[in-house]
Amino acid sequence: MSQTLTSAPASGGLPTPVSTGPVRLHINGETQTLQLAPWTSLLDALREYAHLTGTKKGCDHGQCGACTVLVNGRRINSCLTLAVMHDDDDITTIEGLGTPENLSPLQQAFVDHDAFQCGYCTPGQICSAQGLLNEGRAHSEAEIKELMSGNLCRCGAYVGILDAVKEVVDKQ
Amino acid sequence: MSQTNHIGKAPSRVDGPLKVAGAAHYSGEFNVPNLAYGYVVSSPITKGKILKVHADEVRALPGVLEVFSHENVPYLAWFDKSYKDQIAPGGSPFRPLHAPDITFNQQPVALVVADTFELARYAAALLRIDYEQQEHETNLETKRTEGYAPGGGKIGFQPPPPPRGKPDQALKDATHSIEAEYAHGAQHHNPMELFTTTVEWRGDGKITAYDKTQGVYNVKNYLMGVFGLGKDDVRVVNQFMGGGFGAGLRPQYSVFMAVLATLELKRSVRVTLTRQQMFSIGHRPNTLQLVKLGTNPDGTLAALQHHALHETSQFEDYTENIVNWSGMLYKCENVKLGYQLAKLDIYSPQDMRAPGAASGNVGLEVAMDEMAYAAGLDPLEFRMRNYADRDQNVDKPFSSKKLRECYQQAAAKFGWETRTQEPRSMRANGKLVGMGMGGGVWDATQVKSAAKALISADGHLTVRSATGENGTGTYTIMTQIAAETLGLPLEAVTFELGDTDQPEAPIQGGSWTAASVGTAVKNACNALGEKILKLAQKPADSPLKDAKYDDVEFVNGQLRLRLDHDQAVVLRDVLQASGETQLEADSSAMPNMVKQNGYSLHSHNVAFAEVEVDEDLGSIKVTRVVSAVAAGRILNQKTARSQVLGSVVWGLGMALMEETVMDHKFGRYVNHNFAEYHIPVNADIPHIDVIFVHEDDDIVNPLGVKGIGEVGMLGVTAAIANAVFHATGKRVRDLPILLDKLL
Ligand code: FES
Ligand code: FES
Repeated sequence: MSQTLTSAPASGGLPTPVSTGPVRLHINGETQTLQLAPWTSLLDALREYAHLTGTKKGCDHGQCGACTVLVNGRRINSCLTLAVMHDDDDITTIEGLGTPENLSPLQQAFVDHDAFQCGYCTPGQICSAQGLLNEGRAHSEAEIKELMSGNLCRCGAYVGILDAVKEVVDKQ
Repeated sequence: MSQTNHIGKAPSRVDGPLKVAGAAHYSGEFNVPNLAYGYVVSSPITKGKILKVHADEVRALPGVLEVFSHENVPYLAWFDKSYKDQIAPGGSPFRPLHAPDITFNQQPVALVVADTFELARYAAALLRIDYEQQEHETNLETKRTEGYAPGGGKIGFQPPPPPRGKPDQALKDATHSIEAEYAHGAQHHNPMELFTTTVEWRGDGKITAYDKTQGVYNVKNYLMGVFGLGKDDVRVVNQFMGGGFGAGLRPQYSVFMAVLATLELKRSVRVTLTRQQMFSIGHRPNTLQLVKLGTNPDGTLAALQHHALHETSQFEDYTENIVNWSGMLYKCENVKLGYQLAKLDIYSPQDMRAPGAASGNVGLEVAMDEMAYAAGLDPLEFRMRNYADRDQNVDKPFSSKKLRECYQQAAAKFGWETRTQEPRSMRANGKLVGMGMGGGVWDATQVKSAAKALISADGHLTVRSATGENGTGTYTIMTQIAAETLGLPLEAVTFELGDTDQPEAPIQGGSWTAASVGTAVKNACNALGEKILKLAQKPADSPLKDAKYDDVEFVNGQLRLRLDHDQAVVLRDVLQASGETQLEADSSAMPNMVKQNGYSLHSHNVAFAEVEVDEDLGSIKVTRVVSAVAAGRILNQKTARSQVLGSVVWGLGMALMEETVMDHKFGRYVNHNFAEYHIPVNADIPHIDVIFVHEDDDIVNPLGVKGIGEVGMLGVTAAIANAVFHATGKRVRDLPILLDKLL
């Protein structure tokens, strides 16, 4: 027995994609004007157009937290928002928090506590934690664990992540 | 000069600053000029044929460069062997875009390439493909009687040893016996980084593939075979991998697609799989196990039988070692082990962290718990009574085995003595409390590896080997080994990896990297050391004039006589005085078969877990885990601990969360995303203690290391399952233990 199936809907001529326009983003204190189509996510704008690849893509569906950045100081999943919605916004990525030669306190704590293995979820973890710090939230271990649970880590570095964030929270 | 003993210490990762600052470049993060983007189209049917790909409609879109499918892919290698990678199992490897036949759901059927990622994705969604659908079968339950023993199998596969003693009679005569079936569904590796390949077109038919892989040479050889490329035409690079867990052992179709498009379009192309497509690249197979155990009056094992059946694809005999471990973990004279595969309309499974062992371990260690209860024994005491001092599978002693010490130290740390044996006998915080344990065994393997060491006149050492860094700490431990061998501080050493321009290293798997590449690094540094000694001996008044290499040591930036530390020269002075700008040496390392032949080489572990179960809701919370590992010498306490912590998280996921659910009507995984394929998150993680029990072992390899990436995962899943039984009195034998199974 067999039956036939066509995978995508038949169409009366395919609609042509829309054109690009300038989008002004203040990324890590620098103003950049990118030529972007409206369908470009903030995550892809950062990675593929601004070539800031510190922000990671783990799912593109808001399910993993790898793409977390700070927009006007707030944590968001950059894969779930379109770049054009952020004209003139202040965006802080992992590259804006510190550099390998000059790490931020959170970044240093992540190194000290070995709060990562492969490092792929790490920029998102650190941006999330920075958001918690900015907001003055997360004081107890239980709160940190709960509020950091939107950031998956397949390497399972959660113990180190908790210890690193706790250390910086406690110092504040 | 600072202290230069580095091995066994706990330095932070040398690549840590790059990773935490977002400055480590993974394979999708190379900004090559004039890059095009490919998006893979996956089959919505499970079995059948493609009738037509309506590519022209999509090709007509401005910005779309090409649509590749079996209809227009150029002539590629014809024979299976060109597609076989280093660890391909028996059978015919899957060839992407090769034929109209569909043999599994989500099979990649086309690649749409466009100027931007968004356009490629859009065009891929519009691509019409006509299929003829046929009946499929994806349910292992239907194949219970159709299992077959695989013929060959991939490298590392060992068919179960023949039965020993009288396993059937002994089981019949046993004082107590149990028999139970254990099952788990498919599980997917799901590293956080999506499979991505950026292929740079270097002109004139030459390419560099920045590929997500655990083996750059494996991918290079595959590409040479499939695309008929010469050795100098293709370079494969992977300096950072966002997690592998086995998913990157074989070349994935992302690299095939990206290279195909690059060669055809003569333009650089990046292909990134979606998270959904990450469920079409191999998995831990759905496995059914039958375990039968019997005991003698004194609580020793009278008989042990363990049989496993797991799924594979129609085209390959994927194999793993599931039951063999059961013949060596405990002492038992009457043993029967069986292993079978069954073919389904799925993609080939793929090694996933502690492949085989993780599955078989759950069967064995839950059965041991059941047996302990049936025999009226404490589960730890039961294991002590059946401790194996020899590997009875091969009738050899272990080169080293401190599992007993693992049991003792972990039990003490955990407070096992506070446990009351009766199920449902412990409570806290209004919840049922359970304590369980499980242990495991994994291979200590060394395979052939090569490395190159170079030292510049200013005393900076660079060591290279084409191994990988997927979170295991390779950069760091190799830097430690190299620095200690030549008596340098860590800052004076750079270790480079993941590039086929470097000396060949094996695929990064099997927990063998530390032993294999580590030994090659040590050998290369020693080869360089011999050259340095020769230079040091050139001056007529050299204090080392008549020394042999074995008489000297490199410590704290000096080269000195082992027996007279005052007879020393400063390394940097030697190099500078020599007038050479750089010295270099190559070396490789192989296992010492003569030394190893009389021994069984294995690492061991045990895990103790405590759970709290809310009886009204069925919810399970793991509250504590203690894991003890005996894996020879630990090179880096910090990174090794992290590997074991991660393993515990994996064991927890396998016990309570992970399962890729197949809808057999469609032959399709239905929870193929991170919202529905559950992995542990931070809030799920209990307090975890890690204990390393040191073993002195100069038989396994000159470094005395056994590898720890996989052994730490064993025992954990069973410990949690056994703790759930202890808490509730309910024995759940199919993983994961979801709350509905307790209600
Ligand atoms: S990539 Fe944005 S949440 Fe996963
Ligand atoms: S460090 Fe690898 S996923 Fe978190």
